[in-house]
Amino acid sequence: MGSTANAEELKIELGRRYHFSASHRLHSAHLSEEENCRVFGKCNNPFGHGHNYVLEVSVSGRVDPATGMIANLSDLDAFVERTVLQVFDHKSLNEDVAAFREKVPTTENLCIDIYERLKSFPHAKLERVRIEETRNNSFEYAGEEFAQVPVASAAEKEQR
Amino acid sequence: MVLITRRIEFSASHVYHNAQLSAEENRRIFGKCNNPHGHGHNYTLEVTVAGEPDPVTGMVLDLKELKEVLEREVMQRMDHRHLNHEVPELAGQIPTCENIARVIWNLLQPKIRQGALHHVRLYESPDLFADCFRNGAAGRGNI
Repeated sequence: MGSTANAEELKIELGRRYHFSASHRLHSAHLSEEENCRVFGKCNNPFGHGHNYVLEVSVSGRVDPATGMIANLSDLDAFVERTVLQVFDHKSLNEDVAAFREKVPTTENLCIDIYERLKSFPHAKLERVRIEETRNNSFEYAGEEFAQVPVASAAEKEQR
Repeated sequence: MVLITRRIEFSASHVYHNAQLSAEENRRIFGKCNNPHGHGHNYTLEVTVAGEPDPVTGMVLDLKELKEVLEREVMQRMDHRHLNHEVPELAGQIPTCENIARVIWNLLQPKIRQGALHHVRLYESPDLFADCFRNGAAGRGNI
């Protein structure tokens, strides 16, 4: 099956959105009660609160000429269901997910955790995960290399 | 550089079937998408063009011209069509989101005369889409 595309020049990614609902409380054991309240505001309320999260997963790879697909959606769906949705959907991130007993379950940390769970998907290369915590807040992570941008140190920030 | 994105919607039908595979294999690989009489979607296409705003007009490109290009190259070819039978550019290919996005890139790329085509995103449904861009360009979020 032929294609007119200059395949080597173009990159194609497949994107899929998934939905899960979970509760969390932003609270750090390293901070005092006042500091937690100041830093996390409403998100520090003791009994937590919840979100309908949208998880966007992008994978890349060769488009198989026999199927027209980078990866079979049923494989991707089953993998995400098993490794992510079953772990997070209708759960308390703080109480039910071991990783967040220590780490604050911000959506930044959630992105990194979910990326790590998905990167072993065997049928295509994981490019990035993007999570919408609400319609107005979204977060993205694309692995270690993605993090290699210059970030101002705390001291530099103080000087500003 | 500034990115400008235009969104259009079209509706089309398709079926996933590879004549070189057995009926059982087709059903196993493509599932419901292999139903013989096909099915349809409302597609949403987002086309992103990159360029410098013209100092006189303040525009990267004339949006009216982009609208006409999209009408001619995409809408007239694909809107209310059967992608397997009526779109020659897809002949011999399974009309997945990945392949349609690539075909649309190849149709649009030579027709964008101001700025340069940067990114094509095609949604088959709100939860499924394909992105197409030049290798190394790292998609819409990163110029």
